[in-house]
Amino acid sequence: MNKITTFKGAGNGFSAFAKQFGIYLVLLALLIFFSIASENFLNSHNLLNVARQVSMLGIVAVGFAFVLLLGGIDLSVGSVVTLVNIVCAWLMVNAGWHPVFAVVVALALSAAIGFMNGWIIANIQMPPIIVTLAMLIIIEGVAYLICDGLPIYGFPESFAVIGQGYVGPIPIPVIIMAIVMALGGFILSKTFFGRYFYAVGGNEEAAKLSGIDVNRVKYLVYTLSGFFAGVAGIVILSRTNSGQVLSGKGFEFDVLTACVLGGVSVSGGFGKISNVLAGVLILGVLSNGLVLLDVSQFVQMVIKGVVLLVAVALDSLQHRKAS
Amino acid sequence: MFLQLKNITKRYPGVVALDDVSLDIIEGEVHALVGENGAGKSTLIKTCTGAISPDEGTIVIQGQEFSALTPKLSESVGVGVIYQEFNLVDELSVAENIFLGRAPRKGLVIDRKKMESEAAKIFQQFDIKIDPAELVGNLTVGYQQLVEIAKAISQKAKMLIMDEPSAPLTQTEAKALHLVVEKLRDSGVTIVYISHRMDEIFKLSDRITVLRDGQKVKTIKTAETNLDELVKLMVGRELKETYPQRNHQVSDEVLLTVENVSGTIVDDVSLQIKKGEVLGLAGLIGSGRTELAEILFGYKPKTSGRITLEGKEIESKTPKQAIAKGIALVPEDRKKLGALLEFDIKENISVSVLERISKFFTVNRTTEVDIAEGYRKAIRIKAPNLEEKIKNLSGGNQQKVIIAKWLATEPTLVIFDEPTRGIDVGAKSEIYELVNSLVESGKSVLMISSEMEEVMGMSDRIVVLHEGRVTGELARKDFSQEAIMGFASHN
Repeated sequence: MNKITTFKGAGNGFSAFAKQFGIYLVLLALLIFFSIASENFLNSHNLLNVARQVSMLGIVAVGFAFVLLLGGIDLSVGSVVTLVNIVCAWLMVNAGWHPVFAVVVALALSAAIGFMNGWIIANIQMPPIIVTLAMLIIIEGVAYLICDGLPIYGFPESFAVIGQGYVGPIPIPVIIMAIVMALGGFILSKTFFGRYFYAVGGNEEAAKLSGIDVNRVKYLVYTLSGFFAGVAGIVILSRTNSGQVLSGKGFEFDVLTACVLGGVSVSGGFGKISNVLAGVLILGVLSNGLVLLDVSQFVQMVIKGVVLLVAVALDSLQHRKAS
Repeated sequence: MFLQLKNITKRYPGVVALDDVSLDIIEGEVHALVGENGAGKSTLIKTCTGAISPDEGTIVIQGQEFSALTPKLSESVGVGVIYQEFNLVDELSVAENIFLGRAPRKGLVIDRKKMESEAAKIFQQFDIKIDPAELVGNLTVGYQQLVEIAKAISQKAKMLIMDEPSAPLTQTEAKALHLVVEKLRDSGVTIVYISHRMDEIFKLSDRITVLRDGQKVKTIKTAETNLDELVKLMVGRELKETYPQRNHQVSDEVLLTVENVSGTIVDDVSLQIKKGEVLGLAGLIGSGRTELAEILFGYKPKTSGRITLEGKEIESKTPKQAIAKGIALVPEDRKKLGALLEFDIKENISVSVLERISKFFTVNRTTEVDIAEGYRKAIRIKAPNLEEKIKNLSGGNQQKVIIAKWLATEPTLVIFDEPTRGIDVGAKSEIYELVNSLVESGKSVLMISSEMEEVMGMSDRIVVLHEGRVTGELARKDFSQEAIMGFASHN
C-alpha cells in the first residue's frame, strides 16, 4: 500500500463536482440566457409548458438509459411510440373498446416488442443497433398497415385526461414522467436489477461469471424500454387526440441526445437517472427558447444535431481520459 | 551510466506513488526492479517512458537532463518498453507489426520483401525462430512477446524496460525469453526487468533495486544477496514458510465426481475431488485445465459425460446454476473475468449474493456492508474504505476481494485458476493460508497452477492434463517436478 497523505488537489475537487452536476450548470446557464433573451420565457405558464412538452421524452429516456447502461441501444423506441399510438386509437375507435382495455393491450404490445428485441439480442447475439433498426422498420410498416397512413380520431372524452388533464397546476403528463423517473431511479440505485445493469454494461463476461443471468437482464431492460416507449405513445395520443403515423418519428434521436447529455455513457456502465432528467430538460428548454426567439425549424435541427455530437464527444473524451 | 533518476517524487490525490526515488541504470546491465504490488514499479516505468511527468526530480539520460519526458522524447533517446499488454495487430504479419507505421517503401507501395528480410535479420541476431510472414494472431503469447521485443530493437532501443514479461509464459517459453534477454545484454542493450519470479531475477540480473511503499529500499548487486534477504527487503518483514502447513486429514467422502466429461479441448476426463482436499490440476498452457474448470462452473458447455456432486448428478448450464450448487470459480484473468473494475469493494463482494440479501428486489444495504466489512477484516483486504473502486487496488488485494465474493456464496468447492499470478509474495502466502482454512473447514479446492512449486506445495493430490486428457495422477508422496513434467508433456 502506498502512504495516505492529506494531499488533495483543489482542481480535482472541482472537476469531480463538475462531472457530477456539470449538466445542471449547463441547464442553469441556458435558463439564464433565455430569460434574458426573451421576455416570454421566464414565467410559470411557459415553464410548465416546457415540462409538459418534454414529459414524453423523459418517460422514454428512462428505459433508453437502461439500454445504454447495458452497452446497447434501442432504435425502435420511436416506432413503438407510433405503433402504440395507432393500435390504441384503432382499438378505441374501430373496435369500440373501452379506453382502459385499449391502453392495457397497447402497453402489453409495447412490452412484448421490447422483450422480442431483448430475446433476439441475447440469444442470437446480434448487435442491438441492427436488431432494433430492423424492428423500427417492421413496426413502422405495421402501423401504416393498420391505419393506411391515415389519422384515427374520435376518442371517448375521458381519454383526453391522460395527456391534457391537470392535478392542481401540474399537467398529468409531467406527473407520469415524474413517476417513471422516480421508478427508474429506484430500480437503478436500490434494486439488485439496477446493480446488474451496471455490472453487465461494465463487463458482461465478469458479470456472467459472478452468477448474473445476463440474458434475463437483457430481456428485462429491453422490455422496460419498449414499455416506457408505449407509455409515452399513450400520452402523445391523448394529447393530440388523434392517432398519427408520424407521432414517434425521429424520437429515438432526441432520446439518445437527452441520455448522452445526461451523462449516460454510450459504451455502457455509467449513468444516473437524475442527470438524464437534466439532459431531457436541456433539450426541452432549448427547443422552447429557440421557438420563442423565432429561430427557424431548420436551424433548430442543426442545433440539435450539434448538441448530440458535442455530448457524445464529451463522453468519448472522458472515457479516453479514464483509460 | 545510461539513465539516472534523481529524487523523483510523484503524487496522486491521496497517495505518494514515488517518494524521493533516485536510481542509476548502468549501460549494458540487466537491472531488476522488484517490490510488492503498489510499491511504485509501474509509476517508475511510466516516468522513464514519459507516460507521466514527475512532480519533483530530474531524469538524466546519457548526460541529457530532463524534468519530464514525453513518450516521443523517451523513444527518441532510445528507451523502449515491453508492456504486459501487447500492442500488436493480430490480423497483420509479424514483419508488418514490427515495421508498423514505418514500413520500407518502393515508390508508393510497401516493400514487403525488404521488410521481411529486415525482420528476419533481427530474429537471426537473437536466435529467434519466427517466420516474418506469419500472422501475429497465429502465434502463442510467448512468440508475440518476442515480436514486441524485435519491434523495440528495430526502433533502435538502447534501453528496454520489460514489465513482468514472463508472467503469461509457459516454462519453455520463459526459458526462450531468458536466452533472448541475455543475447540483448551481450549486444549492449540495457535492460530493466520487472518480475515477481525470484528464480529468474537471480538468473538474469546484475543488480536489483527493491521498492516498497513508493520508496527505494536498496539497490544491491545480485551476486551479493540471496532470496531470503531480498524477500525481507520487499515486504519489510520476515515471511513464514512459503507454503503453510495444514493440520487436517482429507476426508474419505467424495464431493465431486467427473466421469468421461468432454467439451472444448477437454477430452474424456474423469476425476474425483474429496471433501477437505486440495486437488491440483497441472498441465501446460492449452492442456484444457481452464476449460475443464469452466465446464464444471457452467461457463462452457460439456458435450458428454456426467458430473456428480455429493452423489447427485448436476447439470450446470450457466455459472448461476453452478453457484447455486455450491461451486465457485476464481478465474485466471482477474481484470477481464474476475473483477467488476468500476464497482467498489463492497459491490464486488456482494454481487453474487445480491438476490439473497434483497427483499422485494431491494438490496439491504446494511447487510451488504456487514458482509463486505466482515471479509475485509477476516482476509485483510488493504483499502482505505469499502467504497474504494477495485480498479485502484493492487493485484493481491483485487484477488482477495474476488475470493471474498466467493466465500460470501458459501461454496463447497472453490476452483482457483492461477490464483497467485502477478501477485506479490506477501499476498501470495495470505492466499495460501486462505486455501488452507477452506479445506480445514471441510470445503474442497481445485487448484490450477502453472507454477510447479505452488501446485506441489499446496495440493494433496495432483492430476495432470495433456491435450485435454488426464495423463497422470500423483499422490503427495510422489510429487516431483520431473514426474509432473513427464505427464504434462506425455513422454
